[in-house]
Amino acid sequence: MTTVARDAVAAVDPAPPPDKPAAGPSRHRFRAVAGFAFGAALLFAVAPLLLSDFRLSLLAKYLCVAMVAVGIGLAWGRGGMLALGQGVFFGLGGYAMAMHLKLADAGPGNMPDFMMLYGQLDELPLWWRPFASPWFALPATVLLPMAVAFVLGSLVFRRRVRGAYFAILSQALAAAMVILLIGQQGTTGGTNGLTDIQGFFGYNLDDPVNQRMVYFIIAGTLLALLALVRHLMQSRYGELLVAVRDSEERVRFLGYDPANVKLVAYVVAAGMAGLAGALFVPAVGIISPALIGIVPSIEFVIGVAIGGRATLLGPVLGAVAVAWARTALSERFPGTWTYLQGLLFVVVVAFLPGGLASLVGLARRRDGESRDGEPRAGVLARLRRGRKEAA
Amino acid sequence: MTVLIGQLFTGVSIGAVLLLIALGLALTFGQMGVINMAHGEFIMAGAYTTYVLQQVITAAGWSLLIALPVAFVVAGAMGVLLEILLIRRLYARPLDTLLVTWGVSLILQQLARDVFGSPNVQTRAPDLLTGNIALPGGITVANNRLFILALAAGAVVALTVALRVTPLGRRIRAVVQNRDLAAVSGIPTARVDRMTFFIGSGLAGIAGVALTLLGPIGPTMGTNLIIDAFLVVVVGGIGQLKGTVIVAFALGVLQASGEYLTTLSVAKVMVFIAIVAFLQWRPQGMFTLRTRSLA
Repeated sequence: MTTVARDAVAAVDPAPPPDKPAAGPSRHRFRAVAGFAFGAALLFAVAPLLLSDFRLSLLAKYLCVAMVAVGIGLAWGRGGMLALGQGVFFGLGGYAMAMHLKLADAGPGNMPDFMMLYGQLDELPLWWRPFASPWFALPATVLLPMAVAFVLGSLVFRRRVRGAYFAILSQALAAAMVILLIGQQGTTGGTNGLTDIQGFFGYNLDDPVNQRMVYFIIAGTLLALLALVRHLMQSRYGELLVAVRDSEERVRFLGYDPANVKLVAYVVAAGMAGLAGALFVPAVGIISPALIGIVPSIEFVIGVAIGGRATLLGPVLGAVAVAWARTALSERFPGTWTYLQGLLFVVVVAFLPGGLASLVGLARRRDGESRDGEPRAGVLARLRRGRKEAA
Repeated sequence: MTVLIGQLFTGVSIGAVLLLIALGLALTFGQMGVINMAHGEFIMAGAYTTYVLQQVITAAGWSLLIALPVAFVVAGAMGVLLEILLIRRLYARPLDTLLVTWGVSLILQQLARDVFGSPNVQTRAPDLLTGNIALPGGITVANNRLFILALAAGAVVALTVALRVTPLGRRIRAVVQNRDLAAVSGIPTARVDRMTFFIGSGLAGIAGVALTLLGPIGPTMGTNLIIDAFLVVVVGGIGQLKGTVIVAFALGVLQASGEYLTTLSVAKVMVFIAIVAFLQWRPQGMFTLRTRSLA
């Protein structure tokens, strides 16, 4: 094993174990708070000042992708479940929000414009009706994806369906959902999806001031999700999740049920993707099958892999960087971007499995610092690797 | 009754296509544990091989016949190259093979776009395969579907014989069952891996040739098929071909009857639910090789 890979493992989780005695916790907590404040200042003050309205709304879109990435980082980076179908949950959240906004746009008693166009329906389909109420639609953007993830997750994890199988099943779910959405054109808008959304709870989305407000909501939500995941990872549950990733059987022998541990991470990740989808709709004004199928689902993972799947900030930065690079490059050199995207994916995953975040860890190790910050999981994984080499 | 049999044949012919696509995966995914997302692009390579050959050899019958071995070698060579360059380093990390090969598939798709152009292209089918055969009872059977069925059957038989009888097949099975023990017994496991990849990827090329009979050839043709094929291998179980064969036809028939009763999109969802339900009953798939591993 090369040193790069070894250090990547060591850098997998820079957060220290929570019950480490002495100077450790308070210093780390201080760092976390300072980092959080820095991020908040960047998102809430610097970005709105420096960026034009157009750029800011692009950033809002990227931050939605970053929210999905935070969830994938939790499920995949910490939990070892490669969730390839996150587009499904993003889509469920997005469609729930879009359905409500479409109904609100149409006004009480009226039907969304596209239904008259394709469906020639006389009245609103039954399953659309509850979405007229914000009290149903808003919780549904998060709870609906969580419910689907709970059903699939509990069926799959309890029967110990293995990693690769799970990845393929989650991908198949994305494929099935896209085909279903396209097939039911009359009630879902088909390939076009739900487009042309104008209002957001009484605010006109064309107004730049309101777009700015949407951006602030998105930025605040992202920060809250990061705080949530950090808190989760510092808890006993976080340790268990990493332990399940590294050795599911051992955790089982210790008396825990790994299925439940994995289920929680998967369901939370699904909720985050749903929330991201819900906020994506007012930011971009559209949700469609093309945004949630197999290809976008894998693209969610790309940013996470490149940034560093098992760190807190890696997925966020990776997702934003990849989304930004796509916009910057794909318009001018569409072919080149695809090659670059593929190449980046191959090189990072094959040769730098910890993502770009592991480069930071590498540099730090060279300075001789942060030995104390080495997590137990890293040690465990290293031990296992060492044994494999010896074998 | 006629409708029923007609539907059954539709299902079987969907199953035959699925089987052809999944057969290569049964080797590389089922036996080697590598999730090769670029498998779909090897199928595309086989299809484009047929297209290129038809530009040179204008007689459709001959070009199709010649395309079969050529596509096998072309796709197989691509598979070996992929194995040598990347997959060799990733045998211990199966999930990462999925991501890496996805990157490869992006590159290959773009390459196809740059070489052949984005619009789909079409090959001419040989006259022999364009018509229908009318069976008694008013059932018609499309010749090209029949040909694909025969091709799938031939591929299964050839692969089974190769795995059971030839020295290479014995080595492949030995490596799959217990890699360490095989290595100790003097089997060059790295070379066997490479040959397994050659055969598995080559079968994708054959599937690509068959698909030219059913529709247009395009840079993204692989992506649409690959998930279904993976599901077949997952449900079929690891290490044996009979699971793949049975499940391919079962899913084909389920898909066709679901489509007949409802719509295509609902049928897809039904198939997915059926698969998850099946995995509750047999989480390791229909048939599995018994090993001593805990996982």
